[in-house]
Amino acid sequence: MKRYPHIQLAFKAAFPYTVPIFAGFLFLGIAYGIFMNSLGFHAIYPILMSFLIFAGSMEFVAANLLLLAFNPINALFLTLMVNARHLFYGISMLDKFKGVGNKRWYLIFGLCDESFSINYSAKVPKDVDKGWFFFFVTLLNHSYWVIGSTIGGIFGSLVVFNTEGLEFVMTALFVVIFIEQLMTGKKYASALTGLGLSTACLVVFGGTNFTIPAMLAILGVLTLFRRPMEKKVEVTA
Amino acid sequence: MTMTLTQQVVTIAMVIIGTMLTRFLPFLIFPPNKATPKYVQYLGNVLPAAVIGLLVIYCLKDVNLFSGSRGIPEFLAIAVVAVLHVWKRQMLLSIAGGTIVYMLLVQTVF
Repeated sequence: MKRYPHIQLAFKAAFPYTVPIFAGFLFLGIAYGIFMNSLGFHAIYPILMSFLIFAGSMEFVAANLLLLAFNPINALFLTLMVNARHLFYGISMLDKFKGVGNKRWYLIFGLCDESFSINYSAKVPKDVDKGWFFFFVTLLNHSYWVIGSTIGGIFGSLVVFNTEGLEFVMTALFVVIFIEQLMTGKKYASALTGLGLSTACLVVFGGTNFTIPAMLAILGVLTLFRRPMEKKVEVTA
Repeated sequence: MTMTLTQQVVTIAMVIIGTMLTRFLPFLIFPPNKATPKYVQYLGNVLPAAVIGLLVIYCLKDVNLFSGSRGIPEFLAIAVVAVLHVWKRQMLLSIAGGTIVYMLLVQTVF
């Protein structure tokens, strides 16, 4: 590492941002490993699925899919619906991932909720290489998730301390990033649009089906109010 | 287990392909060497704040206001996170503080 000071610097800058993810992914990963174990799957299933899919909620859904009758088309469409929010992450990161070289492919592969929200909102210091910062945030998150599900899959039954409620660490992370968006980004209009329309859709469509209508509603409202929103962005920029 | 190993591999492959389609599609449609349409640039600018709002609600989707603890521990812990964060502006402190309060509430009070 000594010969690559800029890589080391990026690692040091990225690591603190991933500490809450460490707690959350280790906990959720262990829970996922235990869950797969309880369904009768060998530890290699949660390990490989965490490594290759790297989308937490979808991995829980996939575990259930494996217990049903074989229906690959259904599996594909269900995945597209559950993970459709990733499309928004991609659109948001188009500019940020420009000029980072081949690392870009791994960054896109690892664009989960947590990697997106950190990489979008983190203030990368001027002397730190942006591409390597994004790379380490993604790599660390990915590692935590795989380590968690490995522990859960292999030693699941041995975890004894009371971890009830630890999953809240993810909610807390998103709440903090949301507040940061309000305090620094001053993007009140779009932040509240997202919060309000998602709540409305959750009430109307329920927990399992609300994300797609919420995204369509957000897209619709942001498109409808493009002119006033663009003016605001220009003024605050 | 109702599936054969091959069927399991195909099912998992479908989940991988579906996930990667949702992640790669925007980058394949709008490659870096071509100018991104103005409308998509605008979306890239205003979407993130809205999507993070969506993520907060996504985390709360299983909270039931009409039974069990009625979402009280969730809302109290979120209030702790918000107050800590506006006050001290230390990301790790806000997250740890809120999570510890939440764990105490669900393990001892509710």
